[in-house]
Amino acid sequence: MNRNEPLDQIKQRRDSALKALMAAVPYMNWLNIQFDRRGDELTAVLPFDRKLIGNQMLPAIHGGVTAAFLEMTAIIELSWTALWEDLESGRIAPDVAVPDSLPRLPKTIDFTVDYLRSGLPRDAYARARVVRSGRRYASVHVEAWQDNRTKLMAQATGHFLMRQN
Amino acid sequence: MMDRKPDDMSDDDFVRLAQQFIEAMPHALALQMKVESLGDGRSVISMPWAEHLVGDPRTGVIHGGVVSALMDTSCGAAVMAHGIRPRSTATIDLRIDYMRAATPRQRITARAECYHMTRSVAFVRAVALDEDSDNPVASATGAFTVER
Repeated sequence: MNRNEPLDQIKQRRDSALKALMAAVPYMNWLNIQFDRRGDELTAVLPFDRKLIGNQMLPAIHGGVTAAFLEMTAIIELSWTALWEDLESGRIAPDVAVPDSLPRLPKTIDFTVDYLRSGLPRDAYARARVVRSGRRYASVHVEAWQDNRTKLMAQATGHFLMRQN
Repeated sequence: MMDRKPDDMSDDDFVRLAQQFIEAMPHALALQMKVESLGDGRSVISMPWAEHLVGDPRTGVIHGGVVSALMDTSCGAAVMAHGIRPRSTATIDLRIDYMRAATPRQRITARAECYHMTRSVAFVRAVALDEDSDNPVASATGAFTVER
């Protein structure tokens, strides 16, 4: 680590790597998922939109959307964690403009979602934690909430196959 | 998920109503889901491939989350199509195993079956298929609430 590296250069490197990861997934853009970054901590944001509704009577966010949101959060967190060392040391520099510089995302083996509360028609947030990441397999836990961090909307655990880049 | 079937409604009317209800969900509309069949604790729902639903542009393979949404809908529909006629249902948990990548540009079809029903819980399993229907793309098992 270079203590004297200019701050804007550090931020630019991290933000552009994150942007490159997200650009790799058209479906994520369609759902309009954003990531809020604080250092290496990522919070995924799913802005509410009418097309996300399943039950119109309540109304509530579609369970499949919740699952997709959690899975995306898990995949991005896992790639981000795997990438961090190489990114910070300058070994890689993912750039949206250079398709070959984009790392291949891990593949989902299985994904299990617990639905704890019905999704309200407002923004949702999620954070993932890499519980174990080996050379080939990884296990990730992810939580989603809306108004209150302690009142989870859903949680999930997934197993992923790491790509040999 | 769905309102009660009036007691004097025939099975055909119920199925038609349920079909309209499912296809009218904004997210089902957004994914262009189509109810192929419904009844006796089973459902078949399909959706077309679309560019904006892709997970990896290098391969054109649809994102797993889309398959989740289709399977979740299909499982919920299977519960509603059970003979006890639940008033509504919601997913308690759903596990999806991703067996292989769905072939780009092919329709995806989910077949779900409610294989056990208790007073308040329905147990459901489903498979997702593309045109090679002998090799499932994904399978799912879940538990759903049952409002009688």
